[in-house]
Amino acid sequence: MRRKGLLAAGIALALVTSGCGAVDPADGTDSVANGGVGKVHNPSDTKGGTLRMANSGDWYSLDPGDTYYGYSWDFVRFYGRALVMFDTQPGEAGTKLVPDLAETLGVPSDGAKTWTYKLKAGVKFEDGTPVTSKDVKYAVERSLDKKTFPSGPTYFGDVLDTQGYTSPYQDSDPEKLGLKAIETPDERTVVFKLKVPFSAFDYLAMQPATIPVPRAKDTGTKYKEHPVSTGPYKFETNELGKRFTLVRNDNWSAANDPHRKALPDRIEVSLNVSADDIDARLLSGDLDIDVANTGVQAATQGKVLADPAQKKYTDSAALPRLWYTHLSTSVAPFDNIHCRKAVLLAADHDSYLRAYGGDAGGEIATSIMPPQVPGAPKNDPYSFKAKKNGDVEAAKKELAECGKPGGFETNMSYRTERPKEKALAEAMQQSLGKVGIKLTLKGYPQGDYFKLYAGKPDFVKQEGLGLLAGGWQADWVDGFGFLQQIVDSRVIRATGGNNNLGVALPKVDALLDQALLETDTAKRNDLWGQIDRTVMDEALILPGVWAKVLLYRPAHLKNIYVNEGLGGYYDFVQIGVK
Amino acid sequence: MRRLVAAVLMLVVVSMVTFAIFFLVPRLAGATPEDLASRYAGRTADQQQIRELTEKLGFYDPLYVQYGRFAKGLVLGADYSTGPTTEHCPAPCFGYSFITHNPVWPDLVDRMQVTLSLALGAAVIWLVGGVAVGVLSALRRGTVFDRVAMATALAGVSLPIFFTGLLSLSVFSYTLHWFPPGGSFTPFTENPATWAYDLTLPWITLAFLYAAGYARLTRAGMLETMNEDFIRTARAKGLPERTVVVTHGLRATMTPVLTLFGLDLGLLLGGAVLTESTYSLPGIGKYAIDAVTNNDLPKVLGVTMLGACFIIVANLIVDVLYAVTDPRVRLG
Amino acid sequence: MTFLDVRDLHVHFPTDDGVVKAVDGLSFTVHRGRTLGIVGESGSGKSVTSLSVMGLHRRSAVRLSGEVLLDGTELLHADPEEVRRLRGRTMAMIFQDPLSAMHPLYTVGRQIVEAYRVHNPVSRKAARAHAIDLLARVGIPHPAKRVDDYPHQFSGGMRQRAMIAMALANDPQLLIADEPTTALDVTVQAQILDLIRDLQEEFHTAVVLITHDLGVVAEIADDILVMYAGRAVEYGAAETVFRKPEHPYTWGLLGSMPRLDRAVRDRLQPIKGTPPSLIRVPPGCAFHPRCPYNGRGGIPCATEVPSGTIACHLPHPERVRLAPTL
Ligand SMILES: Nc1ncnc2c1ncn2[C@@H]1O[C@H](COP(=O)(O)OP(=O)(O)OP(=O)(O)O)[C@@H](O)[C@H]1O
Ligand code: SF4
Ligand SMILES: [Mg+2]
Repeated sequence: MRRKGLLAAGIALALVTSGCGAVDPADGTDSVANGGVGKVHNPSDTKGGTLRMANSGDWYSLDPGDTYYGYSWDFVRFYGRALVMFDTQPGEAGTKLVPDLAETLGVPSDGAKTWTYKLKAGVKFEDGTPVTSKDVKYAVERSLDKKTFPSGPTYFGDVLDTQGYTSPYQDSDPEKLGLKAIETPDERTVVFKLKVPFSAFDYLAMQPATIPVPRAKDTGTKYKEHPVSTGPYKFETNELGKRFTLVRNDNWSAANDPHRKALPDRIEVSLNVSADDIDARLLSGDLDIDVANTGVQAATQGKVLADPAQKKYTDSAALPRLWYTHLSTSVAPFDNIHCRKAVLLAADHDSYLRAYGGDAGGEIATSIMPPQVPGAPKNDPYSFKAKKNGDVEAAKKELAECGKPGGFETNMSYRTERPKEKALAEAMQQSLGKVGIKLTLKGYPQGDYFKLYAGKPDFVKQEGLGLLAGGWQADWVDGFGFLQQIVDSRVIRATGGNNNLGVALPKVDALLDQALLETDTAKRNDLWGQIDRTVMDEALILPGVWAKVLLYRPAHLKNIYVNEGLGGYYDFVQIGVK
Repeated sequence: MRRLVAAVLMLVVVSMVTFAIFFLVPRLAGATPEDLASRYAGRTADQQQIRELTEKLGFYDPLYVQYGRFAKGLVLGADYSTGPTTEHCPAPCFGYSFITHNPVWPDLVDRMQVTLSLALGAAVIWLVGGVAVGVLSALRRGTVFDRVAMATALAGVSLPIFFTGLLSLSVFSYTLHWFPPGGSFTPFTENPATWAYDLTLPWITLAFLYAAGYARLTRAGMLETMNEDFIRTARAKGLPERTVVVTHGLRATMTPVLTLFGLDLGLLLGGAVLTESTYSLPGIGKYAIDAVTNNDLPKVLGVTMLGACFIIVANLIVDVLYAVTDPRVRLG
Repeated sequence: MTFLDVRDLHVHFPTDDGVVKAVDGLSFTVHRGRTLGIVGESGSGKSVTSLSVMGLHRRSAVRLSGEVLLDGTELLHADPEEVRRLRGRTMAMIFQDPLSAMHPLYTVGRQIVEAYRVHNPVSRKAARAHAIDLLARVGIPHPAKRVDDYPHQFSGGMRQRAMIAMALANDPQLLIADEPTTALDVTVQAQILDLIRDLQEEFHTAVVLITHDLGVVAEIADDILVMYAGRAVEYGAAETVFRKPEHPYTWGLLGSMPRLDRAVRDRLQPIKGTPPSLIRVPPGCAFHPRCPYNGRGGIPCATEVPSGTIACHLPHPERVRLAPTL
């Protein structure tokens, strides 16, 4: 804390001494705050220059089979083409999937248990070898080997009918293509066989695990040192833990890739750069993009927002993240819906938002799914926004109906190490106190919060934790990614470690199953919306804040915008520097 | 010789203690082998996958087996699977990172040149600068020069690196563009001029911190020494004042200064943590910080071991140096 | 022939508490080949005097007046560089505690070599041979071996010999020895004094021997200067001062001195009380608060004492009458 304070002072002083004028305001463009949200800022088609990026940490892995971070999924598109991708468009359009390596989106059959993709003709690896269906199959196969690639998601292993297949490295098949669940009937066709229907399979086909990997070049854990490119850029150098550079890949063709502008000639990425240094360099124009997308540091944020000359270079990007409070039906009186509704109504939504950083931290949530997720309800059933400080009268009415007109006592859990969560719990304590609901706050260590405490049903019941503070971030922007892990009752394990803190509604489970069978995107999105509304109607979740992050976009950047499908990241493959 | 044996024994003890800190303490604190392994797994890894990974990492084995493997790696090297093939981590195998999938030792060697460049360069500056200021201050005790120098020195020791560092970057790099931005490093072997240019700001910042302490130490030492009888003797011989100050005064003051210098340098070689992270220099200290943030135990262990080695070696050197600089001390 | 001529020397140190009048109007002369013994209690200004002659006071911290003529050259107000060149060559000094007076980190040989080479442009090798020579001359056994020893490897007496060797490096014409034997035991004291005397005879050097022990100078000095509170109270030929001391303070000094050749007489008594503060020196005869004969001369002793070789208001006959016969 002390260090933070000093840091803040340091930066403030540094900015003062540098005259605050590091960025030349005479860039000839009309920068405005949020200029890169919902529309392309400084549109351009000019090629050339070097895009300079920095990451405050290491890059967990550049191997497409071993990535999980959102920024990796954004960046990997420079050097890899998955079967499908989020459209490279600002606003809502960016949340739609479009074919990338494939000619069309996946073609389902067998009740959404079989998905077929036909590859575009003429796509080549950086060495000129044509990409075949086998390269895609091999790529997915190797991503299943969690001993070698432990960092990536496990979705393919969960949905594919693997029949015990673990890894191409243990494969007796001479071509190492022994996985039965993926068929390659010809050079350009890939067929995925699932063990359960999965209507949203295109979202898996979007994941970097489907970026083709040539078996001859696969070096396992070393492959990340030089993944073989299918995208517009290929690796020139790669110094692990320090920096790497990408240069144009001559074997990439814009003709079969309509979704990447690939404007710069060269991309330089520095790793493990101190976060404060990144901010200073962004502000001075010595750096183009902070890769990790965690937003500017708190000290910089305050400084930048307070200065109109700087504020116009910021974008407040919506994340697929919800800060919420769960209401435990296992703890009386929350078995009664009216007592639950009383909490939703009495809560001070404005102070909830303030606990998470105010307007810079997000906006008041009115449903589980944030508005950028296709199918999100976009209504405000409890009038959170109209009565942002809580509706005491309505809450009291519900309390009376619950048989607790004078209120009741219960407990609320939060993660001790998270000051924002603690502030939120204190805000709740205060606002619920106004209607006679007395909250006792209980902090637990964040490392085991889900494993031993809030995510363990027995513990919640035993300790009488009526309210559980938490948050959820979807792996990708769609209803399945956002809802399944937190509202499907069948993922709840008695042993703990749950993300679903206790939403168990037969109707929701049924709707989920129905959605997973619905291959019509529009209809499916409608079902996600219904699920969201059902949980809201049952008052099992008090949505608090749809999180946002404050991004800084140096004045000289062209063709830059936030891609909502990617989850609030600048669309890296479209940015220009000339 | 006895010291050398003691130093080697110290290293063995240090390796055991570090190993215990990273593997025994978490276990005592209630972490299961799976908990340790789950740090290396993705977010949605299930129990089965974590168990497999735990097995692969060898976290199920008794601790002495794990330590034995680690110690064996140090002496003989070790093999690790990369998937399609196995990779040999040659001795001294300081461990193998399962997050970045590479042996730690080559990383350390690679990072060493940065830390070495940073530490040695800064050390020269702070030793020369600190001692010069200290001597002048002592000789002009009570003058404006002395007061300003000592006030600056006080600022130097009390201002944190990340403050002076960020300030220097902001002013000299991002505003005036005199020096390159943080993260710039050119190996000496590639281009000595660029090497020095890139490191100028970090050198000065780091040196400022240390020079302050050395100035104060030198000043205090000189004030004491210059009142010694042997200084009067030196003057009585008719030696020029400069010889009196340097050859007689400074020489007697340098023993404690050099002792401190050896220890400071040893400590710094284990990683100039704050300077390296402030300037994003890929040195040992930055490596350590990154390893800690990424929860990369083998790397943290490797850095700790290396740091301990430097400190032990520095102590050894200081002992020897002490004997060399002061004939009254005998080598035992 | 007068080699060193000190005239009306004043050495005042301005301090926070006031001006310390360490030496206040001191005059004496030393001839070539002769020895002046300066005696006095601790704090009487003996060392300050010798440092003034050597020009070893920091000029910024001290107020100096009077004249110091070395072979006719005035040193007190001379260019410091000029004085430096005389130091160690024309005039040299031996200090009281040879352990602290020698640099602990350099060999004895190196320190002698340095003393020699600063005034003589000779090679290191030649200087080293000279150093071994000097060590031999002052009676250090195996000088060729000991030349590379450090001071802490020498015994106390040998260190003092080494100091003397260092002082003699350039055959000085004036040698000031500031309590050269205080730190040594009696046998060694005698050896060192013999050494100084022998060397003096050999080189015809002017010697100033400082001590608070009259017995030491009795043997070796030609003249004796008795100092009290920064001033001379008695100055004369050693024979006279020692056999017929006329100043009550000298009587005290002799009385406080154990002597084997004389029976203890009632009239002799050690000096009572302590030396005065040099910031507030008693007016007139500075010794009067401690003097048993205060006022016995019919003149109040707190009034200015006439300058002369014996600074006392007692009339000469009275002094002779009262003086202890020795
Ligand atoms: N640099 C100085 N500043 C202030 N006072 C001083 C300084 N040097 C000497 N004195 C004072 O001058 C007086 C005479 O000192 P000096 O060393 O000459 O005495 P001394 O006769 O040599 O005595 P001792 O027999 O103890 O050596 C002492 O009271 C001492 O405190
Ligand atoms: S002047 Fe007086 S006080 Fe001083 S010594 Fe002579 S008799 Fe004693
Ligand atoms: Mg003295």
